[in-house]
Amino acid sequence: MTATMDKSLEELRERAAAEGLLDVAYATADSPFGTLLLARTPKGLVRLALPSEDVGETLAELAERVSPRILEAPGRLDEERRELEDYFEGRRREFALPIDWQLSHGFLLRARHGIAAIPYGETRTYADLARAAGNERAVRAAGTACSRNPIPLIVPCHRVVRSDGTPGLYAGGVEMKKRLLAMEGQSG
Amino acid sequence: MATLPPFQTLIDEHAAEVMAVLRGAVGREAAEDAFQETFLAALRAYPSLREAGNLRGWLVTIAHRKAIDHHRARGRAPVPVESVREEAVFDPEPTDGEVWRSVAALPPKQRAAVTLRFASDLPHEEIAAALGCSPEAARRSLHEGLKRLRKEMA
Repeated sequence: MTATMDKSLEELRERAAAEGLLDVAYATADSPFGTLLLARTPKGLVRLALPSEDVGETLAELAERVSPRILEAPGRLDEERRELEDYFEGRRREFALPIDWQLSHGFLLRARHGIAAIPYGETRTYADLARAAGNERAVRAAGTACSRNPIPLIVPCHRVVRSDGTPGLYAGGVEMKKRLLAMEGQSG
Repeated sequence: MATLPPFQTLIDEHAAEVMAVLRGAVGREAAEDAFQETFLAALRAYPSLREAGNLRGWLVTIAHRKAIDHHRARGRAPVPVESVREEAVFDPEPTDGEVWRSVAALPPKQRAAVTLRFASDLPHEEIAAALGCSPEAARRSLHEGLKRLRKEMA
């Protein structure tokens, strides 16, 4: 792509955003685990795809569930990328990013609010999570709240572990979950 | 409602071509504005699009509407040839540049028909849709445009 075209597309992104036509902006971000995909709406971060997830599929799903007005616009995700970088380098323990929860509903939404409240360096069990979300028997659904979490890392589902203390599954792979917990000072 | 791909896909696949079409239709300088107008209009309409089968044709159609708007706004003033001539120095295919300069000087409908047919490779039906006329009228504009070009190039 030529420099002129880059400039034209940059102008297009800005005008689209100014006219309220940029419903989903996305960008990639480096991490110690591979490339992440971040997507936000004007309300906040709506999706974070781990390196294990397919970029094309993730964007197609956003087109269907949020809006097809999706543009790659890295400038709109500067803060998200900065906070993640700080987190991976151990300089940040809490994210101060606005979240758009529109991909979560009902029990799953309540459970994910619960996940978002687990402090850095601590863990909860799936049973804890189910109880906090208002249905202590919904342990399996609490597992789904984690495994299908649209915003992993920021909504730290890696801090939810099995009652026996083993880490349990993770969308990005158990190895990634163990490393995240170790980085946060947990034995995992 | 059709399953629409993320709009970024349309940009990745068709932005360069839309720009080329617009340069042919309105000249290099005006093409930048027309490009913005084309994609903003496309973004505005995109979520309610019913048919995702020919997104390229859809974009090129919008581009041509914007080109026609541009020509209407300027009356039938030809594209300033001087600026195109300067650019032609960097044109990798000078003979091609020669042709497009003549294309740019055609009356709007003929110019649009010729550009749609040869820069965008659209069939007559889609040219007609882009110009808002019958396929027969599109064929005629194309024919007249080509006749005029042949005369000029001879």
